[in-house]
Amino acid sequence: MSNVPNELKYTKSHEWVRTQTDGSVTVGITDHAQELLGDMVFIELPETEANYTAGDECAVVESVKAASDVYSPITGEVIAINEELADTPEIVNQDAFDTGWLFKMQPEDPGEIDELMDAEAYAELIAEEEH
Amino acid sequence: MSSSSTTPSPTQRTPLYAQHLAAGAKIVDFAGWEMPIHYGSQLEEHHQVRNDAGMFDVSHMVVLDITGSGVTDFLRYLLANDVARIQTPGKALYSCLLNEHGGVIDDLIIYFMADNWYRMVVNAATRDKDLAWIRQQTEGHDAEIRERDDLAMIAVQGPNARDKAHTALGASIDAARELKPFFAADCNDSKGDLFVARTGYTGEDGYEIILPAGQAGSTWEALLAAGVKPVGLGARDTLRLEAGMNLYGQDMNEDISPLEAGLSWTVALTPEDRDFIGRTALVKQKADGPANKLVGLILEDRGILRAHQKVITEHGEGETTSGSFSPTLGKSIALARIPAATTGHCQVEIRGKQLSARIVKYPFARNGKSLFD
Repeated sequence: MSNVPNELKYTKSHEWVRTQTDGSVTVGITDHAQELLGDMVFIELPETEANYTAGDECAVVESVKAASDVYSPITGEVIAINEELADTPEIVNQDAFDTGWLFKMQPEDPGEIDELMDAEAYAELIAEEEH
Repeated sequence: MSSSSTTPSPTQRTPLYAQHLAAGAKIVDFAGWEMPIHYGSQLEEHHQVRNDAGMFDVSHMVVLDITGSGVTDFLRYLLANDVARIQTPGKALYSCLLNEHGGVIDDLIIYFMADNWYRMVVNAATRDKDLAWIRQQTEGHDAEIRERDDLAMIAVQGPNARDKAHTALGASIDAARELKPFFAADCNDSKGDLFVARTGYTGEDGYEIILPAGQAGSTWEALLAAGVKPVGLGARDTLRLEAGMNLYGQDMNEDISPLEAGLSWTVALTPEDRDFIGRTALVKQKADGPANKLVGLILEDRGILRAHQKVITEHGEGETTSGSFSPTLGKSIALARIPAATTGHCQVEIRGKQLSARIVKYPFARNGKSLFD
């Protein structure tokens, strides 16, 4: 059973979002997602200062098995990317919710974050997928 | 990321399904079979086979026994390779099964068992069309095809695979000890027949063991106890790709001839008086010079090669047919079909970007080692 931390927000496409005290957000893929994809071997991150609308393809995570798109959970600007992943993409497998983060964004409308799924709703979603 | 959903369809399980679950397998549908894709980490399983010993359940593959007084003549007509080359019990031959246009219906291994008896192993995904085609060709020949669904198959592969298999299975497979590569031995013991072939699909030494379904579980457990670890279909694919072995349906199909799939060595054009299905088309293609060839690619930029990416060369476009991250090389590799005159470097288009790749002769890895820097 996958880990689903309570303090995070989630998307149907298996991204997680953590709101920082300064109003920016950190984005990654969930433990459930990394488990489905298997061993990560390459991660293509967005450029900093790039702008995305919620639902845009903005990164690609590649496991030995397959490439999967990562979608921007909110509308906003990319302000940082996780440089560590260039040489050690396996961090996403080992620690999806923390050191395996993908990028940080400055949201255009902080209200958009509230509309994302909470932990309970996301746990239900993956429970359904597993059956 | 996007999640995929599969349409539910009736699936089959091999006699080793319980063993897969016990080993923590992630099960996927493969050609209508519930098969293990990995048991935790595809990368670790890959290295296990390159460095030590791993085992694969390949019971979904199709074992056919072909018998009859006219069976040798029939197979010399049916197959692109020539079974006249294997008239010794246990000797194995790799061949393509071709249509009249020289396109590949399937690839297979055939063993000479005894006079008037051959054993053939074909792919699970092509089972129905293979059987229909082969049975259709038997007309006018004294040859009978028997599907051996009573048999299971376990591949034990890796530098220590044979040693560990002998430790695990003891006297029951003693007859296999002296086998040369691409030979098999029928090992009879009190519990039944074990057909042990020194063949595989990984680029490593090892055995493929065909055995009664009822013995599969205990054989698997014995191998496990001897330190042979289960390996899923995921690592099977990266191992065969590194070894430069074609995967049917991906690197070749009914529109591709063996000459364009790097398999010229498996087409026996001599003796010239042997008429086989597809011969006329291949002779013509050989005389004209095939337009394309299958090569290896090593990606020099960052990224991962996958099947069906566009390849751009100075002689025109081509396509990757299989691609992945190579755990042994630590780089991305692919098989690609490109214009025959191309050498050196090419560009591969990945998500709109052109990345540089080196054109190489495969295999990429064999016997535990990378063959490139």
